[in-house]
Amino acid sequence: MSSGGGILTRYASPAAFYPLAGRLIPWFAAPAALLGAIGLYMGLIEAPPDFRQGDAYRIMFIHVPAAWMSMWLYVTMAVYAGIGLVVKTRLSSMMAAAIAPTGALFTFIALWTGSFWGRPMWGTWWVWDARLTSELVLLFLYLGVIALAAAIDDPRRADRASGLLALVGVVNVPVIYFSVQWWNTLHQGASIKMNAPPSMGAIMLWAILVMTLAFWLYSFVAAFQRVRCIIVERERHAEWVRKVVDNRT
Amino acid sequence: MTGAGFWHMGGYALYVWSAYGVTAGLLVLEVVQLLRRRRAVLRRVKAVHRMGNEQA
Repeated sequence: MSSGGGILTRYASPAAFYPLAGRLIPWFAAPAALLGAIGLYMGLIEAPPDFRQGDAYRIMFIHVPAAWMSMWLYVTMAVYAGIGLVVKTRLSSMMAAAIAPTGALFTFIALWTGSFWGRPMWGTWWVWDARLTSELVLLFLYLGVIALAAAIDDPRRADRASGLLALVGVVNVPVIYFSVQWWNTLHQGASIKMNAPPSMGAIMLWAILVMTLAFWLYSFVAAFQRVRCIIVERERHAEWVRKVVDNRT
Repeated sequence: MTGAGFWHMGGYALYVWSAYGVTAGLLVLEVVQLLRRRRAVLRRVKAVHRMGNEQA
C-alpha cells in the first residue's frame, strides 16, 4: 500500500465509508431477500411437521435465527463501541449506534416469537426463567444504549457513555447462551451444538441456517443505511457532506 | 404442505402466523423508517447549509 495504509484504515473515515456503505447495500439486500424467500419455503412448505409439536415448531425458523442475531449484533455493537472508546475512531462509535436499533429489533422478535411458541407448547406466554429473563435484559440493554446516546447532546460524550454501557452489558451475552446449561429452565437446550450431531432433520437445520444468513445480511443493510444517516447528521458541517447533499436535489 | 392446510398450520395458525406476521411487519417497518429518516436527514442538513450561506 503506497498511501493511506490498509483497507481497514482507508475506510475508517466517515467520508470514505459513506459512499462505500451506499454501494454495498444492494449487494447485501438482494441475497438477503433471496435467502429469506428460500428459507421461508424450506421452513414453511418443505419441512415436514414435527412428530411431537406438529406445525407449531415452524416458529423455530425465525425464533432461533432472531435470537442468534440478537446476541451476535450485541457483541458486534460492543466491539465497535470498544474500538471507539479506545482508539477514538468516530466511525466505530457511529457503527455501534447504527447497529443498536436493529439488535433491539431482533431481540424483540426473539422474545415475541418465543412467546407465541411457548404458549401452545408450555401453556404459558412467559416464565421468569433464566433464558427468557436474560434475553429480556438484553432488550433493556439495547434500549438503554439507545436512550443514553439520545439523552446526551454532545456526540462524543454520548458515544463514551453509551459505549461504556454497551461494553459492560456484554457479560449478559454468555449468560443468555449458557443459561440453559447453568440453570434448570423450561427453555429447551441449544438447537445446534458445537460438540454433538444435530438433533433435527437436515432440512430443518438448513432452513435455520439459511434464515440466519438472511437475517445477518439484512442487518448489514439496516446498519449501513442507518450509519449513512448518522454520518450526514454528525458531519453536516464538512465540505464533502455539503457536496453530497447538494448533488441530491 | 399446500393450500388450506398451509394456512391452517395443523391448528397452530394463530401462533405461527402471529410470529411470522409480526417479524415480517417489523422488518418492513424498519426499512420504511430508514428510508424516511434518510429523506428527513438530507432535507434538514440542506436547510442548515442554506441558513449558513445566508449568514455568510
